[in-house]
Amino acid sequence: MLDKSLIDSIKSISDSISFDEESQIFNIEKVDEWLEISTKVKELGFDYLMCITSIDLEDGNLSLAYNLNSTGSQASLEFNLIFSADAEVPSVESLWKTADWHEREAYDMMGIKFSGHPDMKRILLPHDWEGHPLKKDYEVADYYHGMYVPKDKTSWE
Amino acid sequence: MAELTLREKFDRDNFVVEKLDNLINWARAGSPWYFQFGLACCAIEMIGASMPRHDLERFGVFPRATPRQADVMIVAGTVTIKMAERVKRLYEQMSDPKYVISMGSCANSGGPYWQHGYHVLKGVDLVVPVDVYVPGCPPRPEALIQGILELQKHIHTESTFGRPKNA
Amino acid sequence: MSDSKLIDNSNIHTEDMVLNMGPQHPSTHGVLRLKIHTDGEVVSKIEPIIGYLHRCFEKHSENLTYEQVIPFTDRCDYLSSMHMTHAYSMAVEKMLDLEIPERVEYIRVITAELQRIASHVFFIGVFGLDLGAITPVTWMFKDRERIIDLFEMLTGARLLYNYVWPGGVSHDIPEKFVQRTKEFLDEFEPKLVEIDQLLSTNKIFIERTADVGVLDKDIAINYGVSGPTLRASGVDFDLRKKEPYSIYDKLDFEVPVGKGDMGTVGDSWDRYNVRYLEIKESIKILRQCLDSIPEGDVHEALPRKIRPKKGTIYSRYESSRGDVGFYIKSDGKNIPSRVKMRSPAFSNLCILPYLSEGWMISDVITILGSLDIVLGEIDR
Repeated sequence: MLDKSLIDSIKSISDSISFDEESQIFNIEKVDEWLEISTKVKELGFDYLMCITSIDLEDGNLSLAYNLNSTGSQASLEFNLIFSADAEVPSVESLWKTADWHEREAYDMMGIKFSGHPDMKRILLPHDWEGHPLKKDYEVADYYHGMYVPKDKTSWE
Repeated sequence: MAELTLREKFDRDNFVVEKLDNLINWARAGSPWYFQFGLACCAIEMIGASMPRHDLERFGVFPRATPRQADVMIVAGTVTIKMAERVKRLYEQMSDPKYVISMGSCANSGGPYWQHGYHVLKGVDLVVPVDVYVPGCPPRPEALIQGILELQKHIHTESTFGRPKNA
Repeated sequence: MSDSKLIDNSNIHTEDMVLNMGPQHPSTHGVLRLKIHTDGEVVSKIEPIIGYLHRCFEKHSENLTYEQVIPFTDRCDYLSSMHMTHAYSMAVEKMLDLEIPERVEYIRVITAELQRIASHVFFIGVFGLDLGAITPVTWMFKDRERIIDLFEMLTGARLLYNYVWPGGVSHDIPEKFVQRTKEFLDEFEPKLVEIDQLLSTNKIFIERTADVGVLDKDIAINYGVSGPTLRASGVDFDLRKKEPYSIYDKLDFEVPVGKGDMGTVGDSWDRYNVRYLEIKESIKILRQCLDSIPEGDVHEALPRKIRPKKGTIYSRYESSRGDVGFYIKSDGKNIPSRVKMRSPAFSNLCILPYLSEGWMISDVITILGSLDIVLGEIDR
């Protein structure tokens, strides 16, 4: 469980931050303020960005989960951003260099656009692949450069 | 008189009369140098097969890093779509006669990733012609050794100058 | 960069060359492609390109039940598969609030530490092979085969075990397992001295690794580096001590930290030495556990159906490469809605471009080898 003073100091950074007691997660409504919020959070001592997860909420919105940790006090935080599929999220690469590759992977797999990233291109799939695979409504194409990529085994027995 | 093997003939006499095909096959099968193409987990078992316990070198098999000096390409591991074009290009850079051993179930037919793997090639035989399939996930080093012995048997049936024996 | 007085380099015009260390290369530890911009032999910029082993682990985990995902976690980091399944099982158990019997915890720690020894032993052999030393790899594989024999006695498989399940383990330990493990440890411990003589104090090895690729600790934390690579830079951070899970809080062991014995703190020799010392600590942990395994039934806490409540969880674990994280989101069904695996080698590889600026191409091989990456885990 997180310390009460820590929760209060984070909530005082901006009005768009809300804290959920049961799951201990901070939710952020306005995505444009994310860069300022994360700068202040880093000043509180959270210098280690562990993981960025991209999630497809199936009602047309996407979400990003940031897991942060402080090497000094061993406290761990989770921030949840929810936004529509065509919104742009500010990149935190200038604060934590590890976000560089994590954000490229979020773009590659889920199609989330980041603004202010130095080198935004696909990282795991070939550069001319079409579509973003981890979306729930993804349909894989039949052929890629002449190679057959079947969707399931029945058509190719 | 029973047919003597080439080795026994060499041991017995000073000069030997033999078909050219048999001599060439004997030389080729005795030293298949492989092209290290370890991609994933099967590569660890392939490396383990050439280590002291399972010693592949006693069969004349020796790893080479470049396709120009190799006879056999052992494709060990999952072939993804991004990698498949490179597999084809490296196969074309090997000089004849060349053989391919497909090791592991991922290279045989897509392996455990056959159902939802949008980026996995379901079998390396969609891009290169394969001679021997070694099943397993991952196959034991003894299974790989059996695969190489099968390849040697296959090489002995080849014919460079005359008609193939099984035709 | 040459300071020879015989040749006057001031009028020579050179251009940058782009060298491709392609996906197929004997020393890139898997299918990694490096685009190296060099001026002669000196590197100015490196661009790693990954994705040649992307096997769609996350898409598979959205279509299979929680138990069916376990063989896929095995295959992510195939050199520490016990750690991966243990990390995933811990995450699922936290979501279900399960109580694990003591016997299961002891067995899990024994397999985890044996796996750590096997992975570090593999690293030492292959690191020597990268630098040109062929003997250590043959000696190390001989010992690794003994560990694989123990695992085969326990689980039936050599490399990918599918052993640690949420709620327990798949098989109980057979009769002679404890005795054979103790015999193995008694024979293996003196052999570590041979490695010291072959590699650690070898003049050529020291010249090639000391002071090469020095990683400062603040930069390491900013880049998200974890595991032995971070500890070699002087940061005392091991999840088994800072956030203890399982029975690690009852065990007595130390965390080796890089001290710069042969050069600067955080160079490649330190990254090698930290892993060598960790093998010794793992042997200490194993000896404590083998003597005190409690009795019990390993299958009593296995759940009939895994159907967690709605919610998310992020759980961390210390594997032989670093800090593995699993982020699991559940919708109340028996199929996870999203599983994300945070792999330590993915973040460790990010510092390769930063570390190798200004070094030569053969030093790039040293630095890449000392980071100890496994591509299956990076590309998932």
